[in-house]
Amino acid sequence: MSDLFRFLVIFGLQSAAIYAVAASGLVVTYTTSGIFNFAHGAIGMIAAFTYWELSQNRGWPALVALAVVLLIEAPLIGWILDRVLMRRLTGASTITTIVVTIGLLVALVQLAAIIWPQGTTTRVLPEFFSGSSIKMVGVNVSYHSLIVLACAIGVAVGLRVVLYGSRLGVAMRAVVDDRNLGGLNGVDPDRVSSAAWMLGCMLAALAGVLIAPILPQFTPVALTLLVISAYAAAMVGRLRSLPLTFVGALLLGEFENLLNFIDTKRLGGDAVADLARNLQASAPVILLFVVLICLPEDRTSLGANRVRNLIPRPSLRTVTIAVAAYVAVAFVVAQSGLVSDNTVRELGKGVALGVVMLSLVLLTGYAGQVSLAQLGFAGIGAVVVWKLGPVVGLVGGVLVAAGVGALVALPALKMRGLYLALTTMAFALLLEKNVYGDNAVFSQLKPFAIGNSSAERPPGLGGDTAFFVTMAVAFGLVALLLTVIRNGSFGRRLQAMKDSPAACSTLGLSLSATKLQVFALSAAIAGLGGGLFAMWKGSSVGRNDFSLLEGALPGLPLVLVAVVLGITSVFGAMFGSVAFVMMPVLGGWFSSVRSAMNLLPGLAGVGLAQNPDGVVSQVAGAVGGNGHEDTEPAGPPPLEPEHMGAGRPFTDDDLARLDDELGLSWGRCDAVARTP
Amino acid sequence: MPLLELREVTVRFGGHVAVDQVDLTVEPGTITGLIGPNGAGKTTAFNVITGLQSTTSGRVLLDDHDITRLRAHKRAQRGVGRTFQRLEVFGSLTARENVLVAAELRHRWGRRIAPTEATVALLALAGLVEPGSPPEAVAAVSPAQEADALVSFVGVAGVADTRADELPTGQARLVELGRALATRPRLLLLDEPASGQDEGETEAFAQLLSRLAGAGMGILLVEHDVPLVMRLCSTVYVLDFGSILAVGTPNEIQSNQAVLDAYLGAEPVTSDIALDSAGGGS
Repeated sequence: MSDLFRFLVIFGLQSAAIYAVAASGLVVTYTTSGIFNFAHGAIGMIAAFTYWELSQNRGWPALVALAVVLLIEAPLIGWILDRVLMRRLTGASTITTIVVTIGLLVALVQLAAIIWPQGTTTRVLPEFFSGSSIKMVGVNVSYHSLIVLACAIGVAVGLRVVLYGSRLGVAMRAVVDDRNLGGLNGVDPDRVSSAAWMLGCMLAALAGVLIAPILPQFTPVALTLLVISAYAAAMVGRLRSLPLTFVGALLLGEFENLLNFIDTKRLGGDAVADLARNLQASAPVILLFVVLICLPEDRTSLGANRVRNLIPRPSLRTVTIAVAAYVAVAFVVAQSGLVSDNTVRELGKGVALGVVMLSLVLLTGYAGQVSLAQLGFAGIGAVVVWKLGPVVGLVGGVLVAAGVGALVALPALKMRGLYLALTTMAFALLLEKNVYGDNAVFSQLKPFAIGNSSAERPPGLGGDTAFFVTMAVAFGLVALLLTVIRNGSFGRRLQAMKDSPAACSTLGLSLSATKLQVFALSAAIAGLGGGLFAMWKGSSVGRNDFSLLEGALPGLPLVLVAVVLGITSVFGAMFGSVAFVMMPVLGGWFSSVRSAMNLLPGLAGVGLAQNPDGVVSQVAGAVGGNGHEDTEPAGPPPLEPEHMGAGRPFTDDDLARLDDELGLSWGRCDAVARTP
Repeated sequence: MPLLELREVTVRFGGHVAVDQVDLTVEPGTITGLIGPNGAGKTTAFNVITGLQSTTSGRVLLDDHDITRLRAHKRAQRGVGRTFQRLEVFGSLTARENVLVAAELRHRWGRRIAPTEATVALLALAGLVEPGSPPEAVAAVSPAQEADALVSFVGVAGVADTRADELPTGQARLVELGRALATRPRLLLLDEPASGQDEGETEAFAQLLSRLAGAGMGILLVEHDVPLVMRLCSTVYVLDFGSILAVGTPNEIQSNQAVLDAYLGAEPVTSDIALDSAGGGS
């Protein structure tokens, strides 16, 4: 009984409360700006570390430190983000908003690593009123737990009051749809947007400060990934409904702690206990997949992509010449001794990761879909090569990666692009943690988890030069394949789907089937890249080579570099892969720029707010004299004015409609507070 | 047997009823008009017919088959084609490629669909086969040939290699029409096709529509150019605030008092239901 109370009531509610606070911040910013903030957890992380710095390192009183973090730092971050970034993204494509906020995430993680270096000291953030507890139902309940619960209740009540009781709240809900339309009704959209981001960042900060003391590790990455749990909870309410978000948080918190409560070891021994631990660690991902499968299909949204992008379509001949030159340069680099062995080793990784970037050219550049799990799929290729040997393994790795890719994408395909990005990020995390990570479900994968597995090269290609050139040839072949696709009927179909999914479906194209094909093909290419990578590195291959945020060449920065250097043509991958691996090398040569090099991918991603198609196509465009972009706001067509009361105050009907169609909802429409 | 039938179709967005208990029929080989002020629910009705919008209640029948639950691409494969009021051209493809994509798609999914006389008639209009050819002649037409012929047929051959997002609205609408025709539809929905066209273009367009109907196609036309609608259509539906205000021949509609009061009167009653001038589409 006391166990039940401890795990399900206290711990379960405590986790649920933190997820609810984090998730509601996510929902507030998403519904008011239309931008899903991938950096939500990272902002909470910065807040928690600042709180640690002030209260522990500098010895400020906890309350003062807390006030500084929650009432000054967090709103300031929100205000700056809104002014500098988010307002520029009004009407930007989904891909751009994803990349910019992921750039922010990566930049903040790197920034934290610079300010608070890991490994030198172990930081501990004590709970509030550490050690104090009261006895309830025979269980010691810490004050911290009670404070966490109180915070969640406070947030729920506070949001209800702000969003439904104040003019600003009503305006926040109005601005969701159309900034200008809100403007007609005397709402200042800029003020509303500022308010939403400040509020969102305060909630992120509160969640960060509350969760930091109870996380097993107080590290930037662990806190940053809180965004995944928050996202899973918010998905229950389709990223819109706050009450359902709270329900989602409750489900997630209870699910995690239910597995603590059941004595799995007694039930089935170590194996079952291991499994339970894994399930617990992947609770957000499991919840996410269940919710995605249960949710009804998204309406295919009308509103063609109106961002006029320059689409480079190099001919097969041009690409053939470029590929030949690429292979020749690879041969010279590997053979001549002009560059040190160490640099050749890094450049070789670049060639293999270039293949992974090519998978993004197909998926993101051609088809307009975003995956954050490409390096994870590469890891699958590497695992299979390690297990099955070079030749069988490479083929097997490509096939397994394709199959896994299709399975992952399947539940998210019926949804808009954002959900695919989020789902793949969650899946990458699942791979990293549970399949070949710290808690590896399969004990046979332990060597991979600790970075201790090795991969052989195919017979006859054992030498570094031979294999380096082989990889360059593989890159070239994939690049040629993509060029053929691009200039053929499948490529046209993908381009059409990227421009207007709705029109495509009225021409008889099954959007889901097409996305599934392209996703599986792209995962296969990533798997090939991972297999080559493993064989090139040879020894100490493992999880850290294929992680989202950890290791020397992590997955999220890889996506950023790929997109920024030009995702719409194979040339972007050519340059991007070299740039990606050379950044840490440069940092190694000149220690003064190491921090800058680490920050670069993140900042580049953030900079994409200016230049949505990447640097290479921009340069190509400038040379061709057609480099500027003509941006019209994308997104849904505005509501027709006679129903939205241009020039008159909102009526109850308008609000109800906004609630139902677009805005935050508290369930039923009749719960809407009436404006005076 | 009617080609298309809507039975008591209702679409609700929260408290707002966009389409209210609408009954509507389109016969093959005829042009049916759907008019009404902005926001009356015309585009929503189109979205319901093509499967981009689900109904709250009511049924959509094609050849007496219930397609209410069918997904958009399945309906297209059964012969429903459309254009859009707010352009949905594939902006980064050329005009010809826009049509080619559709022809290639149809070629993929339409492999097992036997060509009918109406198909022959449509392709004959475009000059691809001799009028009255046996249906087998259709099989020899490649997607590229079909695209080229349709580009000429709708009158955008001069800009075939121009990116669609660089075309003026009137021509982009013709590209959308060519794209829809490449799926060889039996039912064609046109959403304000004449807006953005000058007088000469509109005249050419009117003749084109008559020829398509003559080839056996059923056409549902949403258009603000009321004289054009009255000239082309055999039946006209008037939609107001989501429900059918009147149905009849153009003559009946033009003398219907309720329609005159609400919509067709020389002086708009209020600015809210003012009739957009032709070519002034949003």
